[in-house]
Amino acid sequence: MQKHVAIKDGYSEQQLYRQRLYLSLGIVVVLLSVLIYRYADLQLVQYDTFVTQSERNRVHVQPVAPKRGLIFDRKGRLLADNRPSYSLVIVKERVDNLDDTLTDLQQLFDIDKNNIEKFKRRLRRRSPYQSVPLKFRLSEDEISRFAVNRYRLPGVEIKAQLVRHYPEGAAFTHIVGYVGRISSSDQERLDSAEGNQTNYAATDHIGKIGLERYYETILHGVVGSQHVETNAHGRVLRVLQQVDPEPGIDITLYADVELQKTISKIMAGRRGSVVALDPRTGGILAMVSTPSYDPNPFVTGIGSHDYSKLRDSINLPLFNRSLQGQYPPGSTIKPIMGLAGLHYRIVSRSSSVADPGWYQLANDERFYRDWKRGGHAPFMNLHSSMAQSCDVYFYDLAYKLGVDRIFEFSSEFGLGQLTGIDSTSERRGLLPSREWKRKQKREPWFPGETLNIGIGQGYMLVTPLQLAVATATIANRGERPVPRLAMPTKGLRDALFEKNSLFQSESSKTLQNMPALTPLNDLPVVDNHWSQIIAGMEAVMHGARGTARAAGAGAKYRIAGKTGTAQVIGIAQGEKYDKEAIIERQRDHALFIGFAPIDNPLVAVAIIIENGGSGSSVAAPIGRKIFDWVIEHEEDLKSEPIPAESLPSFNNTDLAPIAFINKRELLNASAI
Amino acid sequence: MQVQSDFVRSLPGDPAALSVQRGRWRRWHIDLQLLLLLMALAVYGLIVLYSASDKDLDRVVRQMVYFSVAFVSMFVVAQIQVKTIRTLAPLGYLAGIVMLILVIFVGDGAKGAQRWLSLFGLIRFQPSEIMKMAAPLTVAWYLSDVVLPPKARYLAVGLMIALLPPGLIVVQPDLGTAIMIGSSGLFALWLSGIRWRYLLGGGFVVLASAWPVWQFLLHDYQRQRISTLFNPESDRLGAGWNIIQSKTAIGSGGWDGKGWLNGTQSHLDFLPESHTDFIIAVLAEEFGLIGVLLLLLIYLLIILRCAQISSLAKDTFSRLAAGSITLTFFVYVLVNMGMVSGMLPVVGVPLPLVSYGGTALVTMLASFGVLMAISTEGE
Repeated sequence: MQKHVAIKDGYSEQQLYRQRLYLSLGIVVVLLSVLIYRYADLQLVQYDTFVTQSERNRVHVQPVAPKRGLIFDRKGRLLADNRPSYSLVIVKERVDNLDDTLTDLQQLFDIDKNNIEKFKRRLRRRSPYQSVPLKFRLSEDEISRFAVNRYRLPGVEIKAQLVRHYPEGAAFTHIVGYVGRISSSDQERLDSAEGNQTNYAATDHIGKIGLERYYETILHGVVGSQHVETNAHGRVLRVLQQVDPEPGIDITLYADVELQKTISKIMAGRRGSVVALDPRTGGILAMVSTPSYDPNPFVTGIGSHDYSKLRDSINLPLFNRSLQGQYPPGSTIKPIMGLAGLHYRIVSRSSSVADPGWYQLANDERFYRDWKRGGHAPFMNLHSSMAQSCDVYFYDLAYKLGVDRIFEFSSEFGLGQLTGIDSTSERRGLLPSREWKRKQKREPWFPGETLNIGIGQGYMLVTPLQLAVATATIANRGERPVPRLAMPTKGLRDALFEKNSLFQSESSKTLQNMPALTPLNDLPVVDNHWSQIIAGMEAVMHGARGTARAAGAGAKYRIAGKTGTAQVIGIAQGEKYDKEAIIERQRDHALFIGFAPIDNPLVAVAIIIENGGSGSSVAAPIGRKIFDWVIEHEEDLKSEPIPAESLPSFNNTDLAPIAFINKRELLNASAI
Repeated sequence: MQVQSDFVRSLPGDPAALSVQRGRWRRWHIDLQLLLLLMALAVYGLIVLYSASDKDLDRVVRQMVYFSVAFVSMFVVAQIQVKTIRTLAPLGYLAGIVMLILVIFVGDGAKGAQRWLSLFGLIRFQPSEIMKMAAPLTVAWYLSDVVLPPKARYLAVGLMIALLPPGLIVVQPDLGTAIMIGSSGLFALWLSGIRWRYLLGGGFVVLASAWPVWQFLLHDYQRQRISTLFNPESDRLGAGWNIIQSKTAIGSGGWDGKGWLNGTQSHLDFLPESHTDFIIAVLAEEFGLIGVLLLLLIYLLIILRCAQISSLAKDTFSRLAAGSITLTFFVYVLVNMGMVSGMLPVVGVPLPLVSYGGTALVTMLASFGVLMAISTEGE
């Protein structure tokens, strides 16, 4: 054979096979080692990491929202309640396809584009695995519809939560305020305050204005937590451990629902403010600002259309006139002026001034007119001038007092200062002084301006609350109360002073004991002077020629009061031209202050009705109705626990008010 | 002598007794060692399955039924003479190819893939299962008539036989099965002793063609799976979820595991496919590294026994068939455990004899039936 023919050789093929097999087994062993190395690396080296991860997978810490403190009126009637509400929420991480899910949900529920847009905005602001609400206030029907379809909607859940409700609606908005959804600016504010980041982890709402905002930390409570075991779909299987949340503190107000609503009814259709407080405690019995608005839509988010309707209304319903409205006090300033005259010995019981109907300063050709043409009488003393509200007498008095002493004395009554009420957005008013004018107007003070201040016009501006506090100071014969909405119940006091560390940790709030009543220490007015002024005010109500004798007639108790009619000039620029409205808005503001009963004052009131006309005919009768109500409920008020020691006060500047009001709205009237 | 031998026979561990025992089994074409190892694996698998299916006894019972069917089919296959198997292999292969082509046109789909063929609406089955056995056996059949190491043209034909079925399967698409069937054919070629220069050249061609395959052949979901592998964290809640969760399950098992039925990852539904492709994660979580090592030990022993069978086989066909089945079995283990632990891309490959599923079990044990037939040939 010359040619080699390849034939199968069983032995050599077996050898070749075995060679390859051993090589293969070698590779198998190497690869098995790699596999073992991999598992050992995961299970031994990285063990801690994965155990942690598996625990984190399994156990979630869920914050549990505390129940927000309730707000009651003085008789325990609810003003702010928590009601269960069910919302449709989505956890994005657990949804397979968000757009498909939203489309499905739209077929099941009434969800419009606006809802979805808002939802997507909220979606951007959340942390991972946090549920984001899509639709609020589900009906029973919607809840059952969801239950049926739940299986095909992974990541969609129904969340039950307590949502604020204000049963009294518009009547208490300007006292209680309202809560709203936590906005990004709220969130920043919360993030900057120590301890708050976690405390609000389960909370959706926060106090926006009023009492709800002022006592936010107390009402909110302390967040709890729940360690829950969840499966991969986020469904909670069981609670492993729970730290109960600490509910917020309930707050009881001095205010009375019945009185507040009675006044609201009288004030319906008018623009103005009524403040009634207990001079002994500073407790606000009623504080009405009309027009008002229903706070409930703000809780879950008011529609932009409804909101702009409120915001742009010429009657400014969002404006809390009691705290923010700054008005010329008009003649209601006269008791303080008269008191100053007595205190500085400028006038006496018997001194009198001739009133020809006008007053003139030396070297000044200008006539300062009395409101009564032809004047009141040739000889007007303090008593008759108070009763008849004689302007000429007070021109003379103011001129003799001078602006500096007026400033000094009026300051003691709290004018031009914040009263320190436990609410937000309070304004200072304006008590003018030489210094103020130099700074503000870059002009010296002119003597004629002093005369205007003497009758509560000119630069002087007060808020209705300031006026009520000043009136209470007169009723107390020199003890100025700090106005309070919340009664210092034991719960509130504990929260403020001892228990609630959150409240105190906010460094910007300097918490201190502040007396309920501040005596006029710097300027001790003698009792005789108080009596003379109060007698003058009594004559306003009960005197034969008193300006408010009609309102005072027939009372079984004695009232001290003072009417005021503040003149209004034109309309600020920029307002729509509406002839009828302008004419209405050029009418005088009607004012009234007063307290009753004289020998044991239970209530002091301040009333301002914008463009209401005459104080005696419009404002004083409202005062009378309040007095009648208070006397009727005398026993209730007397039995009230008066906080003898002190009331808390803290600086609240970091909770800056939400400004609804622009400058033109500040005051559509300033004095002559 | 009779007395003495009786006495000797009764001694435990006596090699003669054992061989007689073994002989009895071998007459029934059963390789006892292999059978015991397979049954040990089956029991271990059932224990894990009970936990992985969240104490669903029904599922365990069903798997036991599958096992019974599978062991019976193994027993049946083992009775067939090797030369009959050798003759049947190319016929099965041809039938398989026809059915794979049919699947493309008239197959039933599930989850975006057409894998099933329905016979008169009575029986539904995957033709790829036939190929799992037919492909390596046909390559072995072809090479058994060729002088080894094979020349280039024989090699080319062998390659075609090996790669045609995976080519048809990958378009279904079923990447995992295609890889397994392709590699089983290639193992037969490799074991036949192909020359190193062909091997190196082939390796070069594969590397060079990797890019076009990636670009044009792979489906989006397959590409996504592969890229997710390299960075599972990139898509925590999407494609990366499976890998992250299975790694967490494995890693949190530690050295000795959380205990049977105590795995939180699987019982709280974090682990996907916990009773099928990802069952090793349940095992690793509950039995720890010890459990994994025990499993790998059983696998290794099976592989070694199979290697021994192939090494002792009497002809080329038997050797190549047994060797290829052995190595393919190992690749199942490697790919499955590699993918669940995040080392390899997630392709749908079950853990042999542990993952839940009837068809794969039957095919796998039928392959072992072939091995037993080879092991007990002529007895």
